[in-house]
This record gives sequence, structure tokens and C-alpha cells, in this order.
Amino acid sequence: MEVTTEALKRCHVVRATGRIDSQTAPQLEEAFRALTREWHYKIVFDMSGVEFVSSAALRAMIDTQKTCKQRVDGELVLAGVPERIYETLELTGFVPLFKFFENTTEAVGSF
Amino acid sequence: MPMDEVKALTVVGRLDSLGLISEFVTRAAQDAGFDESAVYAVDMAVDEACANIIGHAYGGEGRGDIEISYRIDEDGLTVVLRDHGRAFDPTGVPHPDLDAPLEERGEGGLGLFLMRRLMDRVEYESRPGSGNILTLVKRHETTS
Repeated sequence: MEVTTEALKRCHVVRATGRIDSQTAPQLEEAFRALTREWHYKIVFDMSGVEFVSSAALRAMIDTQKTCKQRVDGELVLAGVPERIYETLELTGFVPLFKFFENTTEAVGSF
Repeated sequence: MPMDEVKALTVVGRLDSLGLISEFVTRAAQDAGFDESAVYAVDMAVDEACANIIGHAYGGEGRGDIEISYRIDEDGLTVVLRDHGRAFDPTGVPHPDLDAPLEERGEGGLGLFLMRRLMDRVEYESRPGSGNILTLVKRHETTS
């Protein structure tokens, strides 16, 4: 799994690729925390290159969403979610807790 | 497709063993003839199960082995995970409330919930002396 963060004018984009399993999920968690620690609460999570998510990855996403939503205009939004990953989010009742966008451009535009 | 063949793998209970375990069970599910979605389900359920063994049964990394074996038969795939840690019955953990609002989502029990939803059967047995045995079964969908 690789995770990168890009700073844009209006928000930050966290991009992960590969498997976010129980071993690699802490890297994702840290990427999110590095942003919220610096008071950045508008985050796009580009999931288009994600092949696998474990419950640890889902927990990192929900924890970050909680932190972001405590701030006015703060939010973690999801972009390019692959079908398989979306099925997992549905199974766990996560779909209503996030906004979904086709791609990063649209997600960034939402802020 | 080989029938009734048992294959096994033993790894140290560490998070960096999860990749190897994933490759092993992914191949098993593919050999059993499952489609991509079912292969993903098995991969995910086993990742959750192993994370629980490391975190709960052993209470940390590198404290014991995880033995993974599987059997393919005409009904599907049976994966058996064995550890020698503390007894931890994942089947006894309550379901998380999937309809709760964001602020109430603690997400405890999520991995176990996923495991049970993704597999057709999840059974746990703890035998003094021979460790904890978790059996995960994925069946082929029957066409009616």
C-alpha cells in the first residue's frame, strides 16, 4: 500500500493505492492524522487505486470523518471508490456517512 | 480442480505475515472456483480473523504462530485457523449498530461482523492444550 497527500488551495487529497489491510491501515490513519493535527479538516480520499480495505481501514476513515465533522465545513469525502470497496461500505452501513464523487476533480470542487 | 485436498501454512503471528496469508487463501479460493467477489470475501474474512488472533488471542505481535489450512470440496472452501493464544471467541462479540449516527459509531466488532457476513459459516472452538480453532466456510452459490 502506498499513501500520498497533496495540498490544494481548498482542501487536501489523500491518495492510497493497493491493499489497506490490517497491517497497512495504520499508514492511512497516520496520513489522515497528519492533516487533522495541522487543522486541515477538508479532505478528499481518492480511493480509485485501492484494491482492498479491512475493518482497520474503515475505522481510520470513520475516526477521521468524526474529527473533520466537528469543524464547520470540515468533511472527509470519497472519490473514485471501486465497486468492490463500495460493496464493503454498503455491508457495514458506511454509505450514508460519506459523500461519494466519481473522481477527485469533482470531489475537490465540492469544497 | 483438486478435491478434498488439504493444504497448510504456518506463519508467525505478526501483521507483516498478513500479505503471505492473503496470497495463500486467495489462491485457495481461486482453486475452489469462486468468482472475484467471493475470492475477495474470503481474503477479507481471513485478514480480519488473523488481525483478531494477533491482537486479542496473542495480545500483540510475534507471540505465537498462526496455522492456516484449507480444504476444497464440492460444496466450497473450508479455511481453518489455529492459534495457541488466549481463548477469544469472535462469534460471541455483539454486532455493531450499523444504523447509528456518525458520532455514535465506535466501530468495535466491525471486523467480526464483516467476517460473519462474508462467510457462510464461522465456528470457534477452544480446546485446552490444542489451542483455538476458527473454521470459516464459503460455499458455492447453489442455482435453483
